[in-house]
Amino acid sequence: MLLWLVTSLTFVLVHLAPGDAASLLVSPTATAAEVAERRTELGLDGSLATQYGRWITSVLRGNLGESLALSRPVVAVVADALPLSLALGGISLALSFLLGVPIGAWQSARAGQRSDTVATIFTTTIYAAPSFWLALALIALATTGAASLNAPAWLRLPSFGVRDPAALSTGLDVWRDIARHSVLPLMVLAIPGAAGVARYTRQTMIEARRAHHVATAAGRGVPGGRISRRYILRNAWPPLIVLLGLMLPGIVAGSVFVEQVFAWPGLGRAMMTAIASRDYPVVLALTMVYAATVIGANLLADLALLRVDPRRATA
Amino acid sequence: MKLAHMDARLRWGIGLLAILVIGAAIAPGLGALLGAASPTNIGDVLATRLVRPFGVDATGTRHLLGTDAFGRDVLARLWLGARISIGVGVIGSFLAGILGIALGMLAAWRGGLTDRAVLALSDALLAIPRLVLLLVIATLWGPGLTTVVVVLALTGWMSVARLVRADVLGVRALPYVEAAQAIGVPSYGLLLRHVLPNALGSARVAITLGIGNAMLLESGLSFLGLGVQPPTPSWGNMISGGRDWLITAPWIALSPGVALIVTVVACTLIGDALTAKGDARGVSQLRGVER
Repeated sequence: MLLWLVTSLTFVLVHLAPGDAASLLVSPTATAAEVAERRTELGLDGSLATQYGRWITSVLRGNLGESLALSRPVVAVVADALPLSLALGGISLALSFLLGVPIGAWQSARAGQRSDTVATIFTTTIYAAPSFWLALALIALATTGAASLNAPAWLRLPSFGVRDPAALSTGLDVWRDIARHSVLPLMVLAIPGAAGVARYTRQTMIEARRAHHVATAAGRGVPGGRISRRYILRNAWPPLIVLLGLMLPGIVAGSVFVEQVFAWPGLGRAMMTAIASRDYPVVLALTMVYAATVIGANLLADLALLRVDPRRATA
Repeated sequence: MKLAHMDARLRWGIGLLAILVIGAAIAPGLGALLGAASPTNIGDVLATRLVRPFGVDATGTRHLLGTDAFGRDVLARLWLGARISIGVGVIGSFLAGILGIALGMLAAWRGGLTDRAVLALSDALLAIPRLVLLLVIATLWGPGLTTVVVVLALTGWMSVARLVRADVLGVRALPYVEAAQAIGVPSYGLLLRHVLPNALGSARVAITLGIGNAMLLESGLSFLGLGVQPPTPSWGNMISGGRDWLITAPWIALSPGVALIVTVVACTLIGDALTAKGDARGVSQLRGVER
């Protein structure tokens, strides 16, 4: 239902906009008749309702259609880009939480002290940096910066694409090449991500620390580390899971800028290209993927919440 | 509120923001008074281009942040760009906030079908990443300043609407509202005079935090060439313009980024302080996702 609403909204939005693929695909000297002919060929003729009817019946039959600009099935376009985005997004999300939660927890135990203030200034600043700007700064560091400091060759990281066309293409070398190419985009995604998670964890754990049972435990003489783990962190899990559920769709969607700057051919780049060439079927398919991920992530977060917080099961 | 009693974060946030806003308001005019070249005009390119920060160009003028590839002073352009960037962020976030308050209020007050329609629409829009929505609308409707503001408002109202809806429902159940109703306060008066003022706590925080977010999105759109168009400087298109000179003249792309960070930090500080002070607990859960 929600998925239908989302795609129909996008359909109307995309088709209401001026300009279409047919007028972009014909030669500049084409006559109006030729454009109209091309439009019929691509199935872009008829009223909005006719086009919508045509599109929705084909989708319900499991056929997402063919890309207008690339003359390839839409499924193939998405399938090419999806694993690249998933890899980048998945690893960076994992890194965000693996770095962010401990930092936030560490800060919450020292809330108000100088070390906490300094850490907060750091995380707030990093979190405020636009990702594309961070990307450019890192590229400058890894190229000219590394060269002017005479850094060893392995520190001069590639800043463009997924693979080096001139590199060896056998076995392990392929993976090493891909790994080297993914270091900078991963850093750009994971560093602000970790900063955001740390800010959130700190706040959540400070609130959890105020609870009366924590004071009671401290009064009973339970050691500090045990209080943090058993009494505070446990109550901080549910909000963290909600945050994870909100960030999960970012795996698929969140990296348009980063993919653009680093020429990483994932879903974000596919979306940019499709929008620019008015490639409706691809735009719609990608929107469906995004929306499905958001809905799936919410569902997963709800299920996970039931596991860590049994009180919710009865509510 | 006395300055000394204010939260340190609030003090810093408001202070930074005030400097930026006042600077943006007077600096371009001040520059013109002192006889500096207009930051959008391109003069003698070869004599003045790519001057390092603190450097002096061939005509003897000192440039604190250097010049760009066309010999324009980066600092002067930063201040002019601040007008656009901060303006777009504030107006975009406020319009989104007003839209959200109106729709959230309507949904909670009317209930029934209106409520379900507003919720369904906000669910649907939240299920598409805001960035994708922005890109689709901005690309398809032609880039420009107005498009950016409109698009920010159209894609930013959902979280505010949800917060206001929840708050209105909560406040409405309070006894004093029933009392007002009993003595015959008309329905709209009840809503606007008695319920709404108490239901805006979270919305205020969401709008403040939204300013930083809107500025980041504007800069992103301008960076991709879909936002504010040159020669009008915005921090986003300044970064984009400096991208080609990243190696030889990194200050062109890096300084607008720093300005952007300072501004967004200021908004975050204010938002944080307001969250800590008030009862806007729901807001923090809505953050940290739009990247």
